[in-house]
Amino acid sequence: MTDATLISPRAGTRTTGQKVTRLALRYGLYALLFLFALYYLLPLFVMVSTSLKSLDEIRTGSLVALPREVTFEAWKTAWSGACTGIQCEGLKPYLWNSLLIAIPGVAISTIIGALNGYVFAQWRFRGANLMFALILFGCFIPFQVVLLPMARMLGLMGLAGSIPGLIFVHVVYGLGFTTLFFRNYYVTIPMELVRAAKIDGAGFFRIFWSIFLPISLPIIVVSVIWQFTQIWNDFLFGVSFSEAGTQPVTVALNNIVNSTTGVKAYNVDMAAAILAALPTLLVYVVAGKYFIRGLTAGSVKG
Amino acid sequence: MAPILDIKNLYKSYGDVKILKDINVAIEPGDFLVLVGPSGCGKSTLLNCIAGLEPITGGAITIAGQDMTEVSPKDRNIAMVFQSYALYPTMSVAKNITFGMKVRGVDQATQDAKLKEVAAQLQIEPLLNRRPGQLSGGQRQRVAMGRALVRDPALFLFDEPLSNLDAKLRVEMRTEIKKLHQTLGASMVYVTHDQIEAMTLATKIVVMKGGVIQQIGTPAEIYNRPANLFVADFMGSPAMNLIPAKARKNGAGTQIEIARKGGEPLVLVDPTAPDLPADVILGLRPENIAQADVRTGESYQVADCLVDVVEPAGADTYVMSNLGGKPVTARMHAETTAKAGQPLSFAFDLGKVSYFAPEDGRRLN
Ligand SMILES: Nc1ncnc2c1ncn2[C@@H]1O[C@H](COP(=O)(O)OP(=O)(O)OP(=O)(O)O)[C@@H](O)[C@H]1O
Ligand SMILES: [Mg+2]
Repeated sequence: MTDATLISPRAGTRTTGQKVTRLALRYGLYALLFLFALYYLLPLFVMVSTSLKSLDEIRTGSLVALPREVTFEAWKTAWSGACTGIQCEGLKPYLWNSLLIAIPGVAISTIIGALNGYVFAQWRFRGANLMFALILFGCFIPFQVVLLPMARMLGLMGLAGSIPGLIFVHVVYGLGFTTLFFRNYYVTIPMELVRAAKIDGAGFFRIFWSIFLPISLPIIVVSVIWQFTQIWNDFLFGVSFSEAGTQPVTVALNNIVNSTTGVKAYNVDMAAAILAALPTLLVYVVAGKYFIRGLTAGSVKG
Repeated sequence: MAPILDIKNLYKSYGDVKILKDINVAIEPGDFLVLVGPSGCGKSTLLNCIAGLEPITGGAITIAGQDMTEVSPKDRNIAMVFQSYALYPTMSVAKNITFGMKVRGVDQATQDAKLKEVAAQLQIEPLLNRRPGQLSGGQRQRVAMGRALVRDPALFLFDEPLSNLDAKLRVEMRTEIKKLHQTLGASMVYVTHDQIEAMTLATKIVVMKGGVIQQIGTPAEIYNRPANLFVADFMGSPAMNLIPAKARKNGAGTQIEIARKGGEPLVLVDPTAPDLPADVILGLRPENIAQADVRTGESYQVADCLVDVVEPAGADTYVMSNLGGKPVTARMHAETTAKAGQPLSFAFDLGKVSYFAPEDGRRLN
C-alpha cells in the first residue's frame, strides 16, 4: 500500500476520479436491471396477489394492491373444486395426466435422441447426412400440419384419445430436437475414442454406455429441460388427441377459465394458472444453470 | 519364420478416391516396422486397415497366418496407440488400462496383476487414480501405452504416438519405446512422419508417398541406397544433396561434371559408376562431403568450391556452397577453417554416391 503511494502519488488521484465514474456506471446498470426485473415480475406479482384475494376484494380493490385479507380459498378451489365443464374436480387429475405424459415422453425422447445422436456423430453410415437433414427438417414442421395425419395414425394404432397416444406424439415430435442436441454434443468427441474402444473389444452399446453416457450429463439436462417444457406447455396436441379423462393440465386450465358462467373467478383462474406453470418453473430453477452450461459445452479432452 | 503380418496387394479407396495403391509388406515376429511419409500419404489409413477399423477395398491382410478380411478389430489380437491417445475421459487411469480386460471378462485377480505389472513397467503407479484430464501430455502417452501393453497382443500398432509431445520428451519416449521393443521382443508397426524417429526405431522402414510404397528396407539401406529422389530427399537431416550433373564415360571411369558458380565446372571421376545417361542427378549426404585436409581416403576426390554460409551447430558445422545451381551442404568438424565468401577445398566421397535419373527420379546405381 505505502509502496504504491510512494511510487506514484498522482496515479492515485487519477484513479479516484475513474473510480467514481465506474461506480456510477455500475449502480446505474443495477438500477436499470432492477427496473427490468420489476417489469417482468409484475404480472407474476399480480397473479399471486390476485390468487390470494377473495372475489369481493378483487371487485372493489385495485389490481396491483396487496391482498387486505389473505385467503387460500381460490387455491383450494383451483386444486380440487374448479369446474372444467361438467366435472368439478379442479386441476388435480389433470396435473397428474400431464405428469403421466411428460415423464415418459421426456425419458423416451431423450434416450432415443441420445442413441440417434451417437449414431449420427460416431457411426457414420451411407446416407447419414441425408437422414440427419430430414430429421432436422422434422424440427421445423408446424404442429398444425401433422394434426390430421397424426390423428389417423393414432386411430390405426388404437391409441386415439389415450395417454400413451399423447406420449407417442410428443416423443415423435421431440426426437428431432433431442437428436440434434446429442449429435452436436457427440460430434466434438474425437473418433479415435470409439476406435480405441473397438480394439478394446467393446461393442456398439457398451461404448455408448461406458464412454458416451458418462460424459453426457450436461446435454441430458438440456434435453430434459427442453422436452419437459415443450410437453408440459403443449396445448394443441393435448386438446386434439385427448378425451375427457386424459386431458393435460393446459387443456384443463383453458376449460376452467372459459367454462365459468356468470361472475369470472379471477382468483381461481390465477391460482390455476400458477399451479399449471409451477413444474416448468421448478425445473428451470433447479437445473437452469446446467441448461446454459450444456448448451455451451464443448469438446471433451481425452 | 512365418511373417506375423503380411499385406498383399492392398487397395483402399474412399468413394472414387484411391488412397492406398497396391501395398505389399510383410514383417517377421520381433520386427519394428516404421511407416514414414509426408502428411496425407495414407499412413494412418494403412494402420486402420491393419487394425480392421477401415474396410479394405482390395487385397488381403494376414496376421499370424490368419486371414483378417472378415475379422473384427477386437479379434485381431492387436493393440493400438493413437496420436491423440484416445483415453476414456471419465475413467481413471487404472480403469482406462483395464477396460479392455473388463470387456473381455478377464477375472479381477488377473486384471489387478496385469495392471500392477504394466504400471510398474511404465512407472505410472502414482497416477492410477487420476483422470486423463489431470495428466500431462507425457503421462497420457504412458497411459495409452499401458492400455496397449496389458493386451499382450501379437502385434502393436502405433499412430504417431509422440507427435504431441515437446522435443525433449519426444526423444526420451523414443528411447523408452525402443527399450520396450527390445525387452518385449514384440512385433510393432509404427507410423510417423518424423524421419529421425523412423531411423532410430525401425528394424524395417516403409517409405510412402501418395498411397504408394516408395521403398522398403532397413534404416541403413534406406539411408545409404535410397530407391528414388523422393526417398533420398525425405530421409536424412539435413537432406541429401541432389546435384544436377553431366556424366561422360572415359577410360578410367565416368567423368561427372558439375557446374560451379563463377568458375570452371567441377569434374569428379567415379571409377565404379555403372553406365549412366548424359544427364544425372548426383546424390551425396552432407557427411560425405568433408574438408579436404581433414579427411582424405581412396574414394575421396578433392575440389575447391566457394563457401556461401557457415552454420555452426555444436558438434558439427554445416558449410553451404553452391553446385550445379543447387545449394549444397557439407557436414564438417566444429573446428573447420571454412569462412563465408572464401574458397575451400572440399573432399567428395564418391564411394557413397547415388545417381538418379532426372526424368523419373529412379536410382541408377
Ligand atoms: N474418411 C475419409 N474419407 C475420405 N478421405 C479420407 C478419409 N480419411 C482419410 N482420407 C484421406 O486419405 C488420405 C490419407 O489420410 P491419412 O490419414 O491416412 O494420412 P496420414 O498419412 O496418416 O497423414 P498424417 O501424417 O497427416 O496423419 C488423405 O488425403 C485424407 O484426406
Ligand atoms: Mg495420420
